[in-house]
Amino acid sequence: MRYLPLSDTDRGEMLARIGAKSVDDLFADIPKDKLLKAPIDLPRRKGEMEVERILSRMSAKNMSASSVPFFVGAGAYKHHVPATVDHLIQRSEFLTSYTPYQPEIAQGTLQYLFEFQTQVAALTGMEVANASMYDGSTGTGEAVLMAHRVTKRRKAVLSGGLHPHYVDVVKTLSDMASDEVVTLVPDVSGTEDILSQIDDSISCVVVQTPDMFGNVRDLKAIAEKAHQHGALLIAVFTEAVSLGLLQSPGSQGADIVVGEGQSIGNALNFGGPYVGLFAAKSKYIRQMPGRLCGETVDADGNRGFVLTLSTREQHIRRDKATSNICTNSGLCTLAFTIHMSLLGEAGLTRLARINHANAVKLADQLSGVKGVEVLNKTFFNEFTMRLAKPAAEIVERLAEKGVLGGVPVSRLLPGAGLDNLLLVASTEVNTDDDRAAFVAALKEVL
Amino acid sequence: MLNRQGRPSTAGEAGTTEHPTFTGNKALAQIEPLIFEFGRTDTTGVDLDEPEAFTPRLGGMERKDAIGLPGLSEPETMRHYVRLSQMNYGIDTGLFPLGSCTMKHNARLNERMARLPGFSDVHPLQPVSTVKGALELMNELARYLVTLTNMTTVALSPKAGAHGELCGMMAIKAAIEARGEGKTRNVVLVPDSAHGTNPATAALIGFVVKPVPARDDGWVHVDDVKKLLGPDVAAIMLTNPNTCGLFENQVSEIAKAIHDAGAYFYCDGANFNAIVGKAKPGDLGVDAMHINLHKTFSTPHGGGGPGSGPVVLSARLAPYAPVPFVTVKDGELTLVEHEEDAAETPFGRMTAFHGQMGMYVRALSYMLSHGSDGMKQASEDAVLNANYIRASLSDLFSQPFGDKPCMHEVLFDDTWLKDTGVTTLDFAKAMIDEGYHPMTMYFPLVVHGAMLIEPTESESKVSLDLFIATLRDLAFAAKNGDTARFTGAPYHAPCRRLDETRAARNPVLKWTPPAPIAEAAE
Repeated sequence: MRYLPLSDTDRGEMLARIGAKSVDDLFADIPKDKLLKAPIDLPRRKGEMEVERILSRMSAKNMSASSVPFFVGAGAYKHHVPATVDHLIQRSEFLTSYTPYQPEIAQGTLQYLFEFQTQVAALTGMEVANASMYDGSTGTGEAVLMAHRVTKRRKAVLSGGLHPHYVDVVKTLSDMASDEVVTLVPDVSGTEDILSQIDDSISCVVVQTPDMFGNVRDLKAIAEKAHQHGALLIAVFTEAVSLGLLQSPGSQGADIVVGEGQSIGNALNFGGPYVGLFAAKSKYIRQMPGRLCGETVDADGNRGFVLTLSTREQHIRRDKATSNICTNSGLCTLAFTIHMSLLGEAGLTRLARINHANAVKLADQLSGVKGVEVLNKTFFNEFTMRLAKPAAEIVERLAEKGVLGGVPVSRLLPGAGLDNLLLVASTEVNTDDDRAAFVAALKEVL
Repeated sequence: MLNRQGRPSTAGEAGTTEHPTFTGNKALAQIEPLIFEFGRTDTTGVDLDEPEAFTPRLGGMERKDAIGLPGLSEPETMRHYVRLSQMNYGIDTGLFPLGSCTMKHNARLNERMARLPGFSDVHPLQPVSTVKGALELMNELARYLVTLTNMTTVALSPKAGAHGELCGMMAIKAAIEARGEGKTRNVVLVPDSAHGTNPATAALIGFVVKPVPARDDGWVHVDDVKKLLGPDVAAIMLTNPNTCGLFENQVSEIAKAIHDAGAYFYCDGANFNAIVGKAKPGDLGVDAMHINLHKTFSTPHGGGGPGSGPVVLSARLAPYAPVPFVTVKDGELTLVEHEEDAAETPFGRMTAFHGQMGMYVRALSYMLSHGSDGMKQASEDAVLNANYIRASLSDLFSQPFGDKPCMHEVLFDDTWLKDTGVTTLDFAKAMIDEGYHPMTMYFPLVVHGAMLIEPTESESKVSLDLFIATLRDLAFAAKNGDTARFTGAPYHAPCRRLDETRAARNPVLKWTPPAPIAEAAE
């Protein structure tokens, strides 16, 4: 087997040194009746070519985003990732390293984590950021738990504009932990009255902007009222590129900002792996979940970086830890940081303007199609349309015509009476030809 | 006249003394500033055209302030991150015997497969009719995992090991609530030797953690478990093989006792890599076990993630598996995304979308490559390598539980370092100078100054022999009083030993612009 260096001669010599007759002597602690005698009923080893053939066949059955006009979003976005990013993250020293527990030989990882934390803090307008969570949804769950710890209250209010999967993740975690969750009804227009839900009993209010229907929310009044009642504002985003153009959640008074970082540097990957961004006011750092990288000096007085404040974490605090998280999204974090370094402020803000411009163009063109009504007054690169027919059916028929035309709201919120709504996203990857193909196909199927 | 001698080709007067350089660099070892110290906010390494003028629809929420993000051109970016990478130690650099972390070879075939456009460039919410191959891959991975473990089903979506633990414990909680015992069964037994994630996970969802005390032979004893069992116990979280590197030899009796008491057996599968193809957790009475695809099935650790932690479940817990999952309906693979659409009673959802597809592809690529025979061989070689190290060091290093066969990792303590002035930490740092990544140190907590060595099956005998010779040389040095070799180590790493206390006392978690000179002078 090509991955296994030991030869039978090696094995024999090694067993002799150990003083064992056969390798099964080393497995003697497994109960005799449980030790497997025959090989498990799965196929035998395969060479590279055969594995490639099998997996390529599966891959070929999928319609990839780059092969068609593509307008699917709802929490994961198709962006161009520069070739440099994927090359660099595949360098052996990044790809095959571990969590930097031995900082003297992991300064590469630690320095990029420090750069990542600084970038995320700047982008979100917050004082500190951690070294990542699994993704935006699990990060939101952790943010709610953190708010509970900070406020010593155990009730969260979730906006009706929060991504339904995020809502489900928070609810699952809260139900299990016997915490209370109030979820507002789906808010297509972004005009829900969330202020009336804020009182002295809640620990936090969770608001996404742009929200799942694409509306850009103003968080300032929500932050103000939350603070009056001793509660925290958790601001959520699923499209990190939007922060290049929109006021940061921090500048609007958010206490915790959490979101999905996939858009910067990371492929769609059918939903994962992604990278959760997590930032907060610095007074809350000791309640933060996840790893933190901090600056220090070495024995010669030179600057270096280490993982720090680990007394919050599970490997030290065990059942008193702030979270159970251990592994996070290391390599996706690196992809984010490299892409963000390439973009810089000039590139990110321009990328954001292109996204917005493309979405505006698309919304205007689709508005002209009979049976289509664009519902949003505000949006960044994604908006909601009401169609004359159920969106799920339309999306299937668009796919038959080679256009991936968005996400039916019913896919996320079945039974909510929103069957004719379609979420449509447009990023820098879309061309005039893509938009024309979408409009033409939609006219045919509506 | 031509110089027929060419350039000098002898070593000349080159000595061995230190020669400070102007830059502070040492040839290939380069000092690299932070991007914030040399990037410019008006520089970008991505060429994009400014869009034509248009009327924004942002409702007046446009950003007015600067963000403060420096940019780099493409060559600067490449050089910066290549230099950073050169300060890192990876599996491809050398032997990485980090116990319990399983740093085995990461085959590049798996990277290539994960980047096939049908896997990497598909959206989780595009029509299911356009991702049949992705469902097929998930279903095939699930079949492999269920077959290898002899369990009923698998929840693929957890994002990492600890997330998998959470998923498994949630399934147990849901099952207990369905039995109407949610209020009364709230205790989870966790041995002292367990990973910290175990008690943290149980506590996160409201369980009360009760420790199972450690014995002096490294095993969990069924009698100790029985003493703690009662109608209040929901589950035990047992790592098997355990963190002392031993297979729990009373596992069948423990499973029976747990089940007789109406509780569930959660197995931490972090060390499953020792027994793939040798034993099936389902045969051992396990009800739930997470599998770290980034350990056992070699998806890259990537400097701390991304991981993937599918959870296999017994028939008793299978009905509570969270959404989403792939199932067969009318002969076709379908994706169940909502609790209402499930035939059973899922406890909820662990994450947005469908989990770590990129890791699923890599893990399946590993499994297809190894096959049933190769996976069994990998387990055997991993165990053989660990025992070879044990047998080769047992005369010098002390073993807390006596000299007996281990599984895929061998545990030493620091008794043998007594009175040498060298600690486990010092010893680890001296290993760095010798070109090795240190073993896991100070874990498990039940052993003083623990050194947990996991060579994995990826090491050749030649490689192990040099590693063993090195550790023996270090051991002799420690015992012979050459303490400076340890206490000052590392001497040859990209940096000297770092002050972690200082980092924690005054946390600096991001770069801030230096203060103006006038201010700094005060």
